[in-house]
Amino acid sequence: MKIKKCLYVNRRAPYGTSYALEAIDMVLIGSAFDQDISLLFIDDGLFQLKKGQDTADVEIKNHSPAYRAFEMYDVEKIYVSKEAMAARGLKRADLLVDVELLSDSRIKELMDEHDIIFSF
Amino acid sequence: MKFVIQVNEGPYQHQTADSAYQFTRAALARGHEVLRVFFYHDGVNNGTRLTSPPQDDRNIVSRWSALAAEHGLDLVICVAAAYRRGILDESEMKRLDKDAHNLAPGFRISGLGQLIEGVVLADRLVVFGD
Repeated sequence: MKIKKCLYVNRRAPYGTSYALEAIDMVLIGSAFDQDISLLFIDDGLFQLKKGQDTADVEIKNHSPAYRAFEMYDVEKIYVSKEAMAARGLKRADLLVDVELLSDSRIKELMDEHDIIFSF
Repeated sequence: MKFVIQVNEGPYQHQTADSAYQFTRAALARGHEVLRVFFYHDGVNNGTRLTSPPQDDRNIVSRWSALAAEHGLDLVICVAAAYRRGILDESEMKRLDKDAHNLAPGFRISGLGQLIEGVVLADRLVVFGD
C-alpha cells in the first residue's frame, strides 16, 4: 500500500464530545496501515495531553493513558501549537508526552506538507 | 478525480448530511469517482432504514440507498460508532442477541480501516461535519 503523510489534528477538549477518544482509536488503527503518522494538538485539543486527568465524577473512561502508549505504535511525531499552550498557561511539564512546539505559521506549513488531514 | 466522502453528523439536525449527499451526487454526475462514503461519529445514523420522515420531507436514508443502487456506491458505516448507537445488521443482531436490526439497503458495517484504506487510494478526502 502507498505510504501517505497523515496528520491527525486534535482541536477539542478531551471530554464533552467523543472526538478525542475517536482520534485515539483511529491513530492506533491507522498505525497498522504503515502510514506516516503525525499528531497535532491545537486550541482546546491541548488539554487532551494534560497530566492528572480524573474523570471519575463524570463517569466517563479516562482515555489519557493511551497517549503514553503511542510510542509503542511508532507514533512519535507529536506537535502542539505554541500559541495555544501560552493562551492556556500550559508548559511542557504539564503534558503526558514529549511534544514539539510549533508557531501557528509553522503549523500552516506542516498542514501543507501532509497528504491527508484527519480532523477531530 | 477519486474522492472519499466522510459524514460525521446524523440526518435532519445538521444540513451536513444533506450536503454530503448533494456533493456525492454532483461529483458522480460530473464523472468523478467516489471510492467510498464513510459514515462516522453520529453520521452512522444516516444508515437506519427505520427512518420515517413526514411525507413532505426528504428521506435522507433512502436517498443514499437509491444513489448506491444506481452507482454501485460503497456506503460504509463505522462499526464501533454504529454499535454504540444501535445501528445493527442482521448478523450482528444475532451475535449480540438483540431483537431487531435496522441497517438500510446499500450500506455495510465495517471498521475505520476502510476509511484509512480509502483515503490512501483516493485523491481527496472530503469531510462533512463540524
